[in-house]
Amino acid sequence: MSKNEEKTHIIPYRTFLLVLLVLLTFTFISIGVTSYNLGPFTVLTALLLATLKTILILTYFMHLKFDVKMFGILVAAVLALIAVVIFITFLDYLFR
Amino acid sequence: MSQQVHTDEHRDDIGSRFGMWLFIFTELLLFAGLFITYSVFRYKNWQAFHLAAEELDVFIGALNTVILLASSATIAMSITALQQKRKKLTLTLMGTTMLVGLVFLVNKYFEWSLKFEHGLYPGSETLVEFGKGEVLFFGLYFFMTGLHALHIIAGLGFISFVFYYVIKNKVTHDNFVLLENAGLYWHLVDIIWVFLFPLFYLIT
Repeated sequence: MSKNEEKTHIIPYRTFLLVLLVLLTFTFISIGVTSYNLGPFTVLTALLLATLKTILILTYFMHLKFDVKMFGILVAAVLALIAVVIFITFLDYLFR
Repeated sequence: MSQQVHTDEHRDDIGSRFGMWLFIFTELLLFAGLFITYSVFRYKNWQAFHLAAEELDVFIGALNTVILLASSATIAMSITALQQKRKKLTLTLMGTTMLVGLVFLVNKYFEWSLKFEHGLYPGSETLVEFGKGEVLFFGLYFFMTGLHALHIIAGLGFISFVFYYVIKNKVTHDNFVLLENAGLYWHLVDIIWVFLFPLFYLIT
């Protein structure tokens, strides 16, 4: 069973509470910002904050920071793939 | 014939998490496709989407966001509790996650009911009168939040299954990959909501 006796990293409760606090703060900031009409910046800030929240959830809640490195690399690759598909789709719609 | 039962554990925790991650990737791609569909339709019908998005209740959306984020934190903490061999606390945290997940669904029920009362549901006459853009917006709204709600139900099922295993001591401080995978799934559901909330409720 040597494979499973990897050094288990115990993450303290405080870390999770802190991350939760930051996530809630980001949520309220995005609600605040979008209540003003800043044109295209509204969408940009809302999506930026959502991305930051996702990174926090992936890193801490989903343990990517403490897990095997390969998982983090794969997640980054999948997210990059999604970004490329979105980019290409919009290239098509914006310039057709 | 007395055959000796072979009791060696056959386990590969990294492989198990790897499988879960691969599944999560397929889910991410599924929702990414829907998000792209939403973005393109929004780009092509921005006026209708603007008006339709005003119909959604930011308060109930925000409440559900807080609920999901908190439940993600509690399921993450339940792993810490299990590692510290605090079984009771583990079960309490898992129970909290499930309870809060149920509250999310109840909110969703009231939210959808209100929309139905206003005649806003796929194929309704009110919606057809509004026009193509509104039909698209509410079609995507019901499909994407509905699919997300199905994921919540699946997540609740997964967590209650692991909950039973923790009670039966089949998931323990030195064998908790099942709880980790249930947690991973729950966080995925959380991440999807993190994007659904601003796209449907906040950006008008």
